[in-house]
Amino acid sequence: MDFLNALVALSNFVLIPGIAYGSQLALGALGVTLIYGILRFSNFAHGDTMAFGTMVTILFTWWFQSLGINAGPLPTALLALPFGILATMALVVATDRAVFKFYRQQKAKPVVFVMVSLGVMFMMNGLVRFIIGPGDQRFSDGERFIIKARTFKQMTGLDEGLAIKTSQGITVVTAIIVVAVLFWFLNKTRTGKSMRAYSDNEDLALLSGINPERVVIYTWLIVALLATVAGTLYGLDKSFKPFTYFQLLLPIFAAAIVGGLGSPLGAIAGGFVIAMSEVIITYAWKKVAQYLLPESMEPDGLVQLLSTDYKFAVSFAILIVVLLFKPTGIFKGKAV
Amino acid sequence: MKKLLTATAAVALTAGSAFAGGHAKEVKLGVLIGFTGPIESLAPAMADGAEMAMAEVTDSGKLLDAAKVTPLRADTGCIDNGLSTANGEKLLADGANGIIGGDCSGVTGAILQNVAIPNGMVMISPSATSPGLSTMEDNGLFFRTAPSDAREGQVMAEILQNRDIDSIALTYTNNDYGKGLADAIQSSFEAVGGEVTIVTAHEDGKGDYSAEVAALASAGGDILVVAGYLDQGGLGIIQGALDTGAFDTFGLPGGMIGDSLPANVGSDLDGSFGQIAGSDSEGAEIYAKMAADAGFDGTSAYSPESYDAAALFLLAMQAAGSMDPAEYGAKILDVANAPGEKINPGELGKALEILANGGDIDYEGATGVELIGPGESAGSYREIEVKDGKNATVAFH
Repeated sequence: MDFLNALVALSNFVLIPGIAYGSQLALGALGVTLIYGILRFSNFAHGDTMAFGTMVTILFTWWFQSLGINAGPLPTALLALPFGILATMALVVATDRAVFKFYRQQKAKPVVFVMVSLGVMFMMNGLVRFIIGPGDQRFSDGERFIIKARTFKQMTGLDEGLAIKTSQGITVVTAIIVVAVLFWFLNKTRTGKSMRAYSDNEDLALLSGINPERVVIYTWLIVALLATVAGTLYGLDKSFKPFTYFQLLLPIFAAAIVGGLGSPLGAIAGGFVIAMSEVIITYAWKKVAQYLLPESMEPDGLVQLLSTDYKFAVSFAILIVVLLFKPTGIFKGKAV
Repeated sequence: MKKLLTATAAVALTAGSAFAGGHAKEVKLGVLIGFTGPIESLAPAMADGAEMAMAEVTDSGKLLDAAKVTPLRADTGCIDNGLSTANGEKLLADGANGIIGGDCSGVTGAILQNVAIPNGMVMISPSATSPGLSTMEDNGLFFRTAPSDAREGQVMAEILQNRDIDSIALTYTNNDYGKGLADAIQSSFEAVGGEVTIVTAHEDGKGDYSAEVAALASAGGDILVVAGYLDQGGLGIIQGALDTGAFDTFGLPGGMIGDSLPANVGSDLDGSFGQIAGSDSEGAEIYAKMAADAGFDGTSAYSPESYDAAALFLLAMQAAGSMDPAEYGAKILDVANAPGEKINPGELGKALEILANGGDIDYEGATGVELIGPGESAGSYREIEVKDGKNATVAFH
C-alpha cells in the first residue's frame, strides 16, 4: 500500500506533468529542428509562430463558442485547430516569400538568416499583441479532468490523489499521432523523401531534379502545423500569453540542441530530457521517501537535490554537458 | 566638447530653477506606475485615483495661485528598472514637480536611487511595500502611502493563527517584493509558533510550474501561501496546485488580491483568504463612492493609496507655499499627521483653504493616512476571503 502511495505521488507530481510538458516541448523542438535541417538556420521566430497559430485558434474557438458549437467533453479548440493551422501556414509562407526567399537567393550565411528570423520574431510578436493583446487568455472548455485527485482517492482508498487533466491526455495523444504521421511522411512519401534528400545534400538533390522551392514550401507548411498544434496544446494545458510563448523559445532550443539539431528523433528525445530533468532534479523526495522507507529512517528535510530556483540551470547544464562530450547531440544531428 | 556640456548643463539648471520658481500656474505631477507588466490590471484604477485628487484640487482653484494640476503618466513595467529610470528622467525633463510612484518595490528603489536622489525630487509611492525601502538612504525624499511588508507579515501571521493553521508552505515571486514579504511572513508566523514547511521562489512569466508545485506538495502544510502576482506566476502556481490536488486552500497576500484571480481560477478558490492594505475608516467609504461616481472601481488594490499620494503632494505644496521639492518635501509629514483638522477624501478644497490661512491639518484620506518612521504608512489591513467567486472583506486588522 505504501509502495502504491509513493508511486501515485510520483506520477501525480513528476511523471504526468513531465510527460505533458515534454510532449509540448518535443512538438516545438520538431519544428525548430526541421527548419534547421532543411533550411539550415535557427528560426528564432518559432515561439511567436506558435503564439500566432494559437491566437487564431483562440479567436475561432471564441467564435464557435458564441455560435454554441462545441466538441462535448473535449475542448472546442480542437475544432478550431485546423483553421489556426491554415492561417499560420498562410503567414509563414507569406513571410518566406517576402523575407527569407530574398536571402536564400543571395545565398546569405546562416548567421544572417538567424538575424533575419529575429526581425521576423519581433514583427510577429507585435502582430499577436496588436490583435489579441498582451494579457492572459483562457479558452479551454469541456471536461477539465479525466480523473480528479479527490475522485481517485475515493476510488482506490489510497492517501495520495492522482489527477490527469483532459488537456494532458489530449497533449500526449495528439503528440503521438502527429509524430507518427510526420515520420510516415518523411520516410514513405515522395515529398518526404525529397525533403530528406535536400537536407542531406543540397547539390545532389538539385542534380536529381528535386525542386528546392517546393521542398522549402512543404517544410514551412509542416512547421506551421507543428507550431500551431504545439502552441494550442500548451495554451490548453496552461494558458495563452504572448510573452510566455516568447520565453518558451529557450527550452525548445535547448531540447532541439540536446537531441541533435536537424534530427527529428532527437527533438522528441530532447523535449522529454529537458522537461523531465527540470521536474525530477528539483523534486523534493520527502513524501515518496516517507512511504518507502521504514519509520526510523524517515528524513526530516525535504530531500531535494536542488532548489526549484535552479530548474533552468539544470536544463542548461545538461545542454553544456551534451555539447562538450557529444557536440552533435544525443542523436547525431548536424554540427552546430 | 566638455565646455559645451558644462554650458548646456548650466543652462538646464537655471532653466529648471526658473521653471520651479516662476511658473506657479501649473503643477505637474508624474504618475509613474506599471501600466504594463505583472500588475497592469491594477494600474488603471491607481492612475484614476491619483488623477481624481488632482482634478479635485484644480476644480477648487485654491492651490497656490489657483494653479492647475496636470498629471503626466509614465510606465514602469513594474519589474523593468531600465524602463522606469528612463521614464523617471523623462518626467523630470517634462517638468514634473513630484513623482507618484513607482509601484513595484524593485523599480521604486531604482527610480529613487537613479532619478529622485540625484535630482532632489520627492517621490510618494502608493504601492511599494518592500521592507528594504524603510532603511534605504533617501535624503528625506521618499514617502509611501502603503505600509511596509514587515507589517503585512505580522498581520498574515495573526490571521493564520486566528484560523487555527499550524503549518504553511510558502512560495514567493523572485524579486524584492516577493522575497521581503516571504521573509516577513516566515519570521512572523514562526514567532507565533507556526511551522513553515518550505520556502521556495518562482519566476514570473515562465511556462511551466510543475517543478515548483511538486516541491511544495512534497513538503506539505495546511495551506499554501503564495506571495506573488495575480496576473503572473502566482496564478500559475495556484492553478497547478489545484489541478494536482496538492493544496485546496491558499493564503493570498496583497499582490494576489484582485478580481481577476477568482475569475480566472473559478469556484475552487472559494475559502482561500488573505489580506490587503486598506481600512474601515470613513474615508474608504467616501472614496469608494467618489470613485464609483467618476466611473472606476475605488476598492481596487492601491487605488485609494494613489489618491492619497497625489493629495499629500498638493497639500504639502500648499503648506510650503512652493512647488519646489526641496521646500515642500519637509511638509509632507506635517500635513499627513496630527495635530490639525481631520481631512477626508473630497475635502481637499477645505484643506487647502485651512493651510492657506496658516492652519493645521491631519490628512486622513482614503486609507486613514498616518505616516510613521521614515515616512511610510502605519498600515491597516482588510482581511479578504474568497466567497462564491468574489473577494469579500471579512474583517479589519
